[in-house]
Amino acid sequence: MSQKILLNSKEIGIILHRLACQLIEKHLDFSNTVLIGIQPRGIYLAERLTSILRDEYEVKNIELGYLDITFYRDDFRRSEKILEANKTNIDFVVENKKVVFIDDVLYTGRSIRAALTAIQSFGRPDEIELLVLIDRRFSRHLPIQPNYRGRQVDAINKEKVKVNWLENDGEDMIYLINQEKDN
Amino acid sequence: MSELSVNHLLGIKYLKEEDIQLIFETADQFKEVINRPIKKVPSLRDITIANLFFENSTRTKLSFELAEKRLSADVINFSASQSSVKKGETLIDTVNNILSMKVDMIVMRHPNPGAGVFLSKNVSASIINAGDGAHEHPTQALLDSYSIRERLGDVAGKNVVIVGDILHSRVALSNIFALKLQGANVKVCGPKTLLPKYIESLGVKVETDLRKALEWCDVANMLRVQNERMDISYFPSTREYAQQYGVTKTLLDSLDKEIVIMHPGPINRGVEITSDVADSKQSIILNQVENGVAVRMAVIYLLASKIKQ
Repeated sequence: MSQKILLNSKEIGIILHRLACQLIEKHLDFSNTVLIGIQPRGIYLAERLTSILRDEYEVKNIELGYLDITFYRDDFRRSEKILEANKTNIDFVVENKKVVFIDDVLYTGRSIRAALTAIQSFGRPDEIELLVLIDRRFSRHLPIQPNYRGRQVDAINKEKVKVNWLENDGEDMIYLINQEKDN
Repeated sequence: MSELSVNHLLGIKYLKEEDIQLIFETADQFKEVINRPIKKVPSLRDITIANLFFENSTRTKLSFELAEKRLSADVINFSASQSSVKKGETLIDTVNNILSMKVDMIVMRHPNPGAGVFLSKNVSASIINAGDGAHEHPTQALLDSYSIRERLGDVAGKNVVIVGDILHSRVALSNIFALKLQGANVKVCGPKTLLPKYIESLGVKVETDLRKALEWCDVANMLRVQNERMDISYFPSTREYAQQYGVTKTLLDSLDKEIVIMHPGPINRGVEITSDVADSKQSIILNQVENGVAVRMAVIYLLASKIKQ
């Protein structure tokens, strides 16, 4: 197994500010927009973006929720990995709102497919957008593309993109991990 | 751990404490789901569940059926009163016929203790015991503990008294197993004729004075007087039972603390508890019913995840 650094802390910081600016360009004062972090790993990115928008761009009243998609996945009983449920916390109305899904890595697109189904349980949004930090563009199983992307990465299937966040993993760092054993 | 240690839910005595915690954590998520505008998730689209009720039931059957439907499973129902069981068919034959219709999971209530265990050894589907005679009723015990945990924060260390007909009650036995496993202190209270002789060997204390039991406890789980199971007289009259073992508002108010009142239903109002107790803020009877759906969803979901394709 080998790993290389895709983005360091400084680069992640620059990208987060750019993504925040792109969101402001489209959603202005966020009066009709809600942000939804996809559990489990999208919530760190969603929280970071929310605090940048609040603290540095003085956007008030941003509504941020967390969506767990475990019960909507299409690999229940098919995957070797045991699915563990996380907490959903959406205490606002999504009906007729512009919803921005936020996740760290867009890979096959199946998580976002599940999230699109899951959000319907809370109402019918006017529009749904997708923001991701890393877009692995050649590995999609479904026709899903992000509206906002931090970095596009061409990774092969045996490689894994790992996003580490300061609050959870002790560092802001993104690695490309080759899961094959070194000879 | 994020997988159950069992493939069937036959009784609490087969579970580990971690299993119960996993069921509760999963139920927390389902409780959130059933309070959404759309209360359904698609997880079990490819699972078919048969509800086999060889004995009458209203609320358990409804609760299971709702849980199954909210997980998007296909559901078939079977009542013994309208079936070939009356024509002499054996349990295994009945079940195997149903399984031939490609059923993955069976929820079964049966009047004979051990029916679920027997079935699990003879058929390939995943079995959930929805009550087997006076033996176990594991989902009821799980939802009872879940409701205590919800109201008091934790089950460990709490004093729980189970009041009433312990002898005929599968709810009592499953509750004793579940509460002990989670570290609660358990007492049983009732007329001596309705307390089994072996009960203390399960690690519970016996109290025949209701007032003393209530003074000791944080939670009182009031059991229904099961007139249908009493072929001989265990106490002189319902009126006398109500006077000695019925909880009234006056009795509750005379205690120097506020205890939690539970009842698995259906209530004989004025016998086990009076109406004003059943409807008071100390009573969590309706929370138990709501939690029943979430807990059963969790059990079905976790067992279904173990059915390999």
